[in-house]
Amino acid sequence: MTALVRNISTRSLRVWQRNRDVYFVTWKTNLVPPLLEPILYLLAFGAGVGALVHEVPYRGEKIGYIAFIAPGLLATQVMFQSFFENTYNTFVRMYYQRTFDAIITTPLTLEDVMAGELLWGASKGTIGCAVMMLAISFFGVLHYPHALVILPFSFLAGLFFAGLALCFTGIVPQIDSFNFPTFLFVMPMFLFSGTFFPLEVLPRWAQLLALALPLTHVVNVMREACLGRLPPDILLDLLYLSAATLPVCLLGIHLMKKRLVK
Amino acid sequence: MSVVIEARALSKRYGELAAVDGIDFSIRSGECFGFLGPNGAGKTTTVKMIHCFAPVTTGDLRVFGMDVREKPREIKARIGVCQQEDNLDPDFSVKNNLMVFGRYFGMPVAQTAPRTKELLEFMGLWERRDDGIRELSGGLKRRLVIARALMNDPDLLILDEPTTGLDPQSRHQVWDRIRTLRRQGKTILLTTHYMDEAQTLCDRLVIMDHGKILVEGPPVELVRSRVGKEVVEVWGYPPSLLDHARQSGWKFETDTDRLFVYTDVGESVFQAIAGKYQVERCTVRMAGLEDLFLKLTGRELRE
Repeated sequence: MTALVRNISTRSLRVWQRNRDVYFVTWKTNLVPPLLEPILYLLAFGAGVGALVHEVPYRGEKIGYIAFIAPGLLATQVMFQSFFENTYNTFVRMYYQRTFDAIITTPLTLEDVMAGELLWGASKGTIGCAVMMLAISFFGVLHYPHALVILPFSFLAGLFFAGLALCFTGIVPQIDSFNFPTFLFVMPMFLFSGTFFPLEVLPRWAQLLALALPLTHVVNVMREACLGRLPPDILLDLLYLSAATLPVCLLGIHLMKKRLVK
Repeated sequence: MSVVIEARALSKRYGELAAVDGIDFSIRSGECFGFLGPNGAGKTTTVKMIHCFAPVTTGDLRVFGMDVREKPREIKARIGVCQQEDNLDPDFSVKNNLMVFGRYFGMPVAQTAPRTKELLEFMGLWERRDDGIRELSGGLKRRLVIARALMNDPDLLILDEPTTGLDPQSRHQVWDRIRTLRRQGKTILLTTHYMDEAQTLCDRLVIMDHGKILVEGPPVELVRSRVGKEVVEVWGYPPSLLDHARQSGWKFETDTDRLFVYTDVGESVFQAIAGKYQVERCTVRMAGLEDLFLKLTGRELRE
């Protein structure tokens, strides 16, 4: 593990730059999901479900349904952007485009390349989150300036999901295999992390289970920030995510190295 | 002349399989050195160890005097690698493929921009600088990959099967560029399974098979010493000719319907056959690398 860390240098930023450049070349297609997704969701859930459910109980108070799900959408946006970047897109660069084969002939190590991939995955989550915040702001459910905390926080959350993604990319036999982590981890988190309904309505055991899901903690922090407050208990969420991110990222790099260096 | 690459008892194992099995070679500054061999001979594995990607199992491998295990970044900063598969960035234009690649070497834009222009002109791609990669033919892609490998003005250029899959015109263009680089004094390491390619480009070469080096030397000398000056090829020969060949002590080989006689005196062997035996066709030609190659590695199909 120490050799692995020693092989990571600032040169990994070159890989980040490469991915950023590609992102800007194809910016139109990249901006569609974070711009349209929240609008579609807020219309469907806000106008549809919201017509039935005006308010939901949350931490002993009642808040509007749109205000409730908006941070859930931001959190899942970060998860989707970062997770899919370092699963499908990294796999395409690794296997179909052979991009990494070319880069590792330069002074970059494979660890640099993977670190750059992770930094980019986290950045993509942050960009997606920022664009989505812009769209959601028009619904008047984000309380500034507190909500701005979401931006740096989304980078941390993004890095966690990027690292998790890289772990899977390191072991899947082919690109279709990503269906397993997607439907076993990502989709359940999307639905059961307090995104669309408050965890309070679940039985106690299910609440505890939900607390183990990383996305629950991302949603917690983002919801508090959206509501314009930053209570001290979000430090526990931050602690959980910070503690989990580093080992997950290192494991991801390790598994990729094991896969590629023969 | 200084030594650029030095390998001693170099081995690479994948489990039970010895992909490279205790090879020794050294490549001198300014020469074009070839690795010739059938598929699976260990050429690409050797190349991967040289550019510090595949870890060495045992033995010693030094590039520019540095151990590949200790100084990979320093070594890679001074080499250019053109890999077998085209791994250009499909989302970037021709020009940006080079610009982005220069950045990996820590080159600032003030340096990559003129270098990109220079290399695209050298490779005849400047007119196509704004095109997408998908619009390029196989030959143009190959030239761009070679241009990319030259971004850092490497002291050693590694070309892994640079013309595989190209049409004859494209191959000749690539060869022409490689010869120009060679004249400019670049050290070049080339792997190929094309005999004509090795013969035209290489100052020295090794023939590898099953992870081992079978012979080493300048192509012309190797052919002369191991095969002879000329080859007499006989189509549709009678069995009695084989007896005659054996009695005369000729060096020869047969395949399904042909007899090959390796000799320094082609004309007299030809005379001995043409007048006296009933054959379909009999020709004398210069011995080439292909004769040596098949002699060493056999005629059976691989993989």
